[in-house]
Amino acid sequence: MKFGVLRFPGSCDEVDAQLACERVGEAVILWHGDTDLQGVDAIVVPGGFSYGDYLRVGAIARFAPMMESVIAFAREGGIVLGICNGFQVLCEAGLLPGALLPNQSLRFVCRQVDLVVEDTRTPFTNACEPGATLSIPVKHTTGCWYAPAELHERVEAGGQVLMRYAPGQNPNGSLADVAGVRNEAGNVFGLMPHPEHAVDPLTGSVDGLTLFASIREHLGAHVG
Amino acid sequence: MTRMRVLVRPKAGILDPQGQAVERALPALGFDGVDHVHVGRLIELDVADPSRLAEMCEALLVNPLIEDYEIVES
Repeated sequence: MKFGVLRFPGSCDEVDAQLACERVGEAVILWHGDTDLQGVDAIVVPGGFSYGDYLRVGAIARFAPMMESVIAFAREGGIVLGICNGFQVLCEAGLLPGALLPNQSLRFVCRQVDLVVEDTRTPFTNACEPGATLSIPVKHTTGCWYAPAELHERVEAGGQVLMRYAPGQNPNGSLADVAGVRNEAGNVFGLMPHPEHAVDPLTGSVDGLTLFASIREHLGAHVG
Repeated sequence: MTRMRVLVRPKAGILDPQGQAVERALPALGFDGVDHVHVGRLIELDVADPSRLAEMCEALLVNPLIEDYEIVES
């Protein structure tokens, strides 16, 4: 299978994301100014920064030509994973519920956190053991997930929270310890932690690989 | 062209750590009697048709999930 990894002006995690994808399949970089998805089977919107994150994080990036293609791909049911800035971009694009606010501490946080996987029957988590906890790093300044009460209730009721920070480990003050949410249809998922930085024992954990392996497993039967 | 201003502020009830930090800093400098500080954003722009500004706010300038805005002629 072939992954496509977006590159914006300011992306800095796209190469790690590409390398993570290449552990389970092929991966190509998709330039923000292009529109051709090159026949990819799944898309990763990576972390870093985009268009200076002027105005609000992710606000300008969502209008990139390539994002128009990503939005169309997602609307047709295509698998899209957003990591950190990619999560912010997908929220701004209306593909994921909620918004990311500055960390409550107003400080940049960079640390390893434990994530509780809430649902292991999804395209993004099927390679996790039920009840699994993943050790994956976070590194962000604007990672406090928020949704108004009514929307938050709907997200919880729909089982859209796929990952939460383990008790006592919430690094940014996010509502209900939310680390990552999916859309209603279940084909788009975004999270603040960086699974692509946890795919090699050299950096302390390979738990992040399970997300990429899950996507591979989910699509495997169809795309070979 | 008309010179316009959009005042963007965190929605009521949303935690505003910037406002809180400023609120704590002022008394430390001897400025007592300051309460409910909120930090937002000012966008100034010249527009041919000010009636389209609300549309621009909803589409790009503001995230209505987390921000309120006010349009004023400057």
